[in-house]
Amino acid sequence: MMPSATRTDARESGVIGLGFATLWRGIREQPRLFALAASGACLYTLTGVASSIVLGEATERIVLPAVRDGHADWPAVAVAAAVIVGVGALRALGMFVRRLAGGTVVFRVQGHYRHRVTRQYLRLPLSWHQRHSTGTLLSNANADVEAAWNPLMPLPFAVGALIMLVTALALLFATDPVLALIGLVVFPTFGWVNLWYGRRVWPLYAGVQRLRGEVSAVAHESFDGALVVKALGREEEETDRFRVHAEELRDAMIRAGRLRGLFDPLMESLPNLGILLVLIVGAVRIRSGAIDVGQLVRVAYLFTLLAFPLRAFGWVFGDLPRAVVGYQRVEAVLTAPSEEPQGTRNLTGPGPAALRLAAVSYAYPDASPDGTAALPGTAAPAGTASPDGASQDDAAGPSARSERPVLSEVSVEVAPGSIVAITGRTGAGKSTLAGMLARLVDPTDGAVLLDGVDLRDLAPGEVSRAVALVPQQAFLFDDTVRANITLGLDVSTEAVWAALRSAQADRFVAALPAGLDTHVGERGTSLSGGQRQRVCLARALVRAPRLLVLDDATASVDPRVEGAILAGLRENAGASTVVVVAQRRSTIALADEVVHLDAGRVIGCGRHVDLLASSPRYAALLTAYEQAARAAGTDAMPDPDLATEAVS
Amino acid sequence: MTGPIPSARSGSELIPSESAPDSLARPAAAPSPGAARIPATRPPGLADPASPADPASPAGTADLAGTAEPSDLAGSADPLSAAAPPASLVATVRRLRALSPELTRGLLGTVTLALVATVGKVVVPVAVQQILDRGLTDDGVRLGLVGVAVGAAAVVIVVTAVATYRMNLRLYRVSEGTLAALRVRAFRHIHDLSMLSQSAQRRGSLTSRVTSDVDQMSQFLQFGGVMLLVSTGQMLLSGVLMFAYSWPLALLVLAFYVPLLIVTRLAQRRLAARYAQLRERVGELLGAVAESVVGAPVVRAYGIQDRTAGRIDGSIDRYRGAQIDAQRVIAGVFSLSELVAALASASVVVAGVALGVDGSLSTGRLIAFLFLLTLFVMPIQSMTEVLNDAANAFAGLRRVLAVLDLPRDVRDPGLGADSATVAAEGAPLGGDATSPTGSGRDLPVGPLGARFVRVGFAYPQGPPVLRDIDLEIAPGARVAIVGETGSGKTTLVKLLTRLMDPSTGTVCVGGVPLPEVRFASLRARVLLVPQDGFLFDLTIADNVRYGRPGASDDAVRTAFAALGLADWLDRLPAGLATRVGESGSRLSAGERQLVALARAQLADPELLVLDEATSAVDPETEVRLAAALAELTRGRTSVTIAHRLSTAETAQEVVVVDDGRIVQRGPHRDLVAVPGVYQRLHRSWAAGVGTAADETRPEGPGAPTDVRRAAAPPESRMKP
Repeated sequence: MMPSATRTDARESGVIGLGFATLWRGIREQPRLFALAASGACLYTLTGVASSIVLGEATERIVLPAVRDGHADWPAVAVAAAVIVGVGALRALGMFVRRLAGGTVVFRVQGHYRHRVTRQYLRLPLSWHQRHSTGTLLSNANADVEAAWNPLMPLPFAVGALIMLVTALALLFATDPVLALIGLVVFPTFGWVNLWYGRRVWPLYAGVQRLRGEVSAVAHESFDGALVVKALGREEEETDRFRVHAEELRDAMIRAGRLRGLFDPLMESLPNLGILLVLIVGAVRIRSGAIDVGQLVRVAYLFTLLAFPLRAFGWVFGDLPRAVVGYQRVEAVLTAPSEEPQGTRNLTGPGPAALRLAAVSYAYPDASPDGTAALPGTAAPAGTASPDGASQDDAAGPSARSERPVLSEVSVEVAPGSIVAITGRTGAGKSTLAGMLARLVDPTDGAVLLDGVDLRDLAPGEVSRAVALVPQQAFLFDDTVRANITLGLDVSTEAVWAALRSAQADRFVAALPAGLDTHVGERGTSLSGGQRQRVCLARALVRAPRLLVLDDATASVDPRVEGAILAGLRENAGASTVVVVAQRRSTIALADEVVHLDAGRVIGCGRHVDLLASSPRYAALLTAYEQAARAAGTDAMPDPDLATEAVS
Repeated sequence: MTGPIPSARSGSELIPSESAPDSLARPAAAPSPGAARIPATRPPGLADPASPADPASPAGTADLAGTAEPSDLAGSADPLSAAAPPASLVATVRRLRALSPELTRGLLGTVTLALVATVGKVVVPVAVQQILDRGLTDDGVRLGLVGVAVGAAAVVIVVTAVATYRMNLRLYRVSEGTLAALRVRAFRHIHDLSMLSQSAQRRGSLTSRVTSDVDQMSQFLQFGGVMLLVSTGQMLLSGVLMFAYSWPLALLVLAFYVPLLIVTRLAQRRLAARYAQLRERVGELLGAVAESVVGAPVVRAYGIQDRTAGRIDGSIDRYRGAQIDAQRVIAGVFSLSELVAALASASVVVAGVALGVDGSLSTGRLIAFLFLLTLFVMPIQSMTEVLNDAANAFAGLRRVLAVLDLPRDVRDPGLGADSATVAAEGAPLGGDATSPTGSGRDLPVGPLGARFVRVGFAYPQGPPVLRDIDLEIAPGARVAIVGETGSGKTTLVKLLTRLMDPSTGTVCVGGVPLPEVRFASLRARVLLVPQDGFLFDLTIADNVRYGRPGASDDAVRTAFAALGLADWLDRLPAGLATRVGESGSRLSAGERQLVALARAQLADPELLVLDEATSAVDPETEVRLAAALAELTRGRTSVTIAHRLSTAETAQEVVVVDDGRIVQRGPHRDLVAVPGVYQRLHRSWAAGVGTAADETRPEGPGAPTDVRRAAAPPESRMKP
C-alpha cells in the first residue's frame, strides 16, 4: 500500500537518523521510565564488568594461594563469596529493572500512539476512510505502531552495552595496554558484524514476509473459491499454483537461513578467538611480569561476558528500517487533515425539519498517486446499461464514467413532515445523497440546508441530534440489542420497545434468549440480515429524529414485514421528515413525492402516479424486473404491479 | 501495505530481543521475532504484518484474511484443533519422516556435524584449564605449551564454526523443504475434502493450517529451534565436563539448578496462560478498532465518537496491561536465574577453595569450572521462552498433520488407494495423488441424464437432510428445483455433482453410479455453477479460461458472444484483460455472475447444475443475466435451484423439495393450480416480485458507505 519509494527511502542511510528521531519521540513520552530502564541496563552490564574483576581478584588472592599453600584464608573466602552474591544480586536487579521498565516503556508508548491513531480514525471524515481499506487501518493501529517502537525494547540494553564497552576498555587499558589492544580489535569487529548482519538480513526477512503474504493470499483465495475449484475439477492446477508460492517462500527462508546460519557461529567464535588471543598474549605478558594470572583470568572472563550485550546494537539497528516505515504510516494517519469545518449554530425548533438541497454536486476526490484512492465502486456500474444499449448516456464507456461526478446540481425541497422517496438505478448517486443528509460527506458544490441552515454551519453534534440515517449496510456493534439501539443515549426501556415495535422487531427480540440484553455477536452475526436491518431501524426511530433518512434500509427485510414497517411510518407521518432511498415499488408508492435520479442528476420529480404516467424511464425502471422475467421467456408472469399494489 | 494484523504479537514486545543468551539470541533483524512466539492463532501470511517491512505485499487479501482468522482458530471452536491427537514429539517426527524422507536423509552427517559443533562450545574452558594448570605454573610460563593449546583450540573453534554453519544450512534446508512439502500436501488434501465447501468458518481454520501453522513452525525453527537443539547439547556437554573436572562441585551446581528448573517450568506454564490472555486482548483490541472503522458511517451518523473512543481506549489499556503482566513473569524468571547463577558461583568458589586446599582440585579446573558454569546457565535461562515457543510450534504442526488424517470422503475412483494412507505408509511427498493408477469409468458420450435411487443424506451426527429421494432427469431436460431455505435443495445438487456422497442410495449420471466415474470425466461433463460464481483475482479472460485451461482469447470472446454478452465485454475498461480484483470486487454482483456464466459456457458441460444467485442486482444486469442463462442452458440438460420462481415457470419440470423430501413435481402450470407447497411458495414470491431481494444487497457504486470495505466477502471482513 505504501508507495515503493518508501522502501527505497528506508534503505538509504537516512534511515538511521530517521529511526533515532522516531525512537526519541517514544523516549520523550516516558523519559523517566526510560532512564530507569537504561540505569537497570547499566547496572546489569557494569556488574558484569565487576564480576570479572571479582573473579580475577579471587583467583589471584584466594584460589592460587590456597591451592599453592594448602590452606585458605577463610574470612577472605567468605568475603569473596559475599561479594560474588552481592554483585550477582545487583546484576539480577539490573536485569529485572531493565526488562520490566523497558517493556513498560514500549507498551506505554505503543498504547499512547494507539490511542492517538484510533482517536484520529474517529475524527477523520468518511471520505478519508473510503480511501483506506479496513486492513490498512487495523494494521496502522496495531502492527505499524508496534514496529515503530519495537527497537525501544533493546535500546536501554544498547545504552548499557555502550557504557560497559567504555568501562571495559578503560579497565583493559588499566590492566594491560597490550591486552587492551586485542579488545580494541575484537569488540568493534563484533559490533560491526552485528550491524552488517542486521542490515543484510532485514531485506531478506522483509521478502519472507511478503512471500508469506502471497502464500496466504493464494490459500485464502483458493479455499474461498473451493466450490468453483471442485466444480471444475481444478484441484491439481490450484495445487501447482500454491506449490510455486510455497517453494518460493521455502527458498527465501533457506536464503535467510543461510545468512543466519553463518551469523550464529560467527557470533560465537569471534569472542572465543579473542579469548584465545588474550591467553597467548597474556602468557607472554605474565612471563615478562607485566600482569599476574588473576588479571589474565579477569580479562578472559570479561571477553565472555562482553560479547552478549554488544549484540544489542545489532537488534536496535536491525529493527530501525521497520521502525521508520511503521512510524511513517502512523504519522500519515496522525497528520491527515480532517477537512471538516464545524460551525457554531444550533437548530431550534422541535418537530419535523425542513430540508433543502441547493444545487448539490459531489465528485470523489482525485485518486492519490498510489492508485488506491480510486474507489473500485466508481468503476463498478459497468453492467448497468440496458441490454439493447438504448440508454445512450451509458454508451460513453467506462473510462468516461469514472470521471463523471456522482451528483450534479441536485436541488430538492422537502417540506417538514413529508415522505420523499429517492430512486434510480445502481450508481445513480442515491446513497451518496442519503449520506450527505447526515453529513457523512459534504457536497463539493452547493449546500444541504436543514431548517434553512447549512449543515456545515451547525455546531458539532447538532446534525446527529436532528438527523438519523439508517445506512444500506446494517451495522451492529458487538454488544447487546439494547446498547445497539440506544448507543449510549439515555432512553427508557419502554421507548426502546416502542422503537422495536415500529421497526417490526419486537417479536423476534422478545424471543431472543436474553431479550433486549442478548449479545448480538460481532457485527450482529447471531441475527439474520433482515433482523439486523430492523434493529438498525429501531436505533434511528428511538431517537425520534427530526429528519429520518433510510438508505435502502429494509432491503433485506421480507416484503410483507417491510410493508408493515412502512405502513407504521406512514401512520406516524408528520412526526419526522422522511427521506427514503428505495427500489421497491411498494416502498416508493408510500412517498408523498419521488425524486428520480439518474447518473447523478434529477431526471424526474413528483408523485409516483404522475411520474409513472409521464416518464417512460421511470416506468421502465420500476418494471425492469418484469422485463427480466420476460426475457427469460416467461409467458405466465403475474403482473408484478398488481401484486405489489395489493400488498401495500 | 496493510499489514496484516498480528492477532497476537505478544511475543515480540514481551520478549526483549536480547533476552536470550548468546547462543539463543533471536535474529537481530527478523521482521517479526514475535511471530515465532505466538501460539497457535497467528494469522497467516500475515504472519506478521510484515506490513512495514514490505510495502508491496498484496494488501487486502492478506490482512482481511488475517483478521478473519483468529476467531476461527481461537481454540475450542475449531474442530480440527480438537481433532489433533496429543501425539508425542517422536510420533510427530516419525510421521513427518514418512511424508518427507529427506528429513532423515544424511541424518548421520548432520548428527556428526552437531556433535562437532557442540564439542567446540566447551573448548575455551578446556583451554583455560590446560593453560592455567600446565602453561602458567609456579615454575614459570611454558610458552610453547600455551602456544600449542591456543593453536589447537583455535583450530577447534574454526572447525566448530564451519561445522555449525554446515549443520545450520542443512537443518534449514531440510526443515524448510519438509515444511514446504507438508504445506503443499495439506493444501491439496484440503481441496479434496468435501467439507471445505461447507462452511466459511471451517474454511478459515483450514486455511490457517497451510499458512499460519506452518509459518509458525518455520519461524520457530529459524529463530529458536535449531539453536535450542545446539544449546541443549551445550548444556549436556558442559554438565558432563563439570562432572569430569569435579563431581562434588557439579553436584553442588545441580543442587541449585534442579529447583530452578522446576521454578522455570512453573513459570513457563504461567507465561503460557499470560500469552493466552494476551491473545484474547489483542483480539479484543482489533475487534474494537475494526468496529470503529467498518462502522465509521454509523459512528458519524449517530455522533457516538466519544462512546466508541471509550470502548477502544479500554481495549488498548487492557492489552497493555496484559503485555506488562506477561513481561513481569519473564523479567522475574530471568532475574531469578541470574541470582541463582551468582549463588552457584559463590558456592563453587567456596567449595572449590576447600577442594583446592585438599589438593583434589587444581586452579585451572576451578576457573574452567566457573567458565563452564556460564555455558551451563545460558540455555536454562532462555528455556522458559523457547520451550513455550516450541510447544506452540509443535501444536501447530500437529494440527497440520491432523488435517492429513481427515479422510477424503469423496474419492476419485481414478486414483488408487487414498494417498493419505499411502503417505502414512511411507510414500514420498513428491509424487502426488495421481501416481497409483485407479479404476473408474468415463461418462458415456452424448447428452446426460441423471437418476437418484432412494437417496438419503445426513451430516455426521446430524438429522437427515434428504430422505428417500427418487428422481429421474431425462437427457436434455430443463428442471427447476424449488423449496424453502433449509429444505435440502442445495444438498440435492451437491450430490448430483458429487461434491458429496449420499449416506444411502445411489446417484447415477448417464446411467453410471457417480462413485464409479473418474473425476476427470465427471468434472468435464457435469458442471455446477454456484450461487456466488467466485472469481479469482485475475483478468476476466483468465477467470473464464478457468473453465477450460488453455483456451484462447478468441474462445473466451466467443463464449461471451454466445451468451449475448459481447457488448458488455466491450465496454469494460480493458476488455478481456480487465482485472476483476480480489474475489471479483471490482465488478458488481451481477457482473460477477455474468463472468461465471461465460466460464460455464466455455467449460461446455453436458449436464449443467445451476444454483441461481439470490443477491439482488440492478434491473438491467438482471435482464442480461436472464438472457445469458437462457443461452447457456440451451441444448444441455440443466438442473437449476430456482430462487426466483420465474425460472421455475419456464422449466419443463419443477421439483419441489420440502423438509428433505420431494413433495411435488411436474410443470409449473400443473403445480400452481393445486394447493400445496409450490402454490404457497409461488404466492409468497409473487407478492414480493419487483424486489427479488431476500438476502443482502450489493452496494451500489455511489454508496458512500465504504465501497472498498464492502467489497470483501462478509465473512472475511473484520473478524479479529
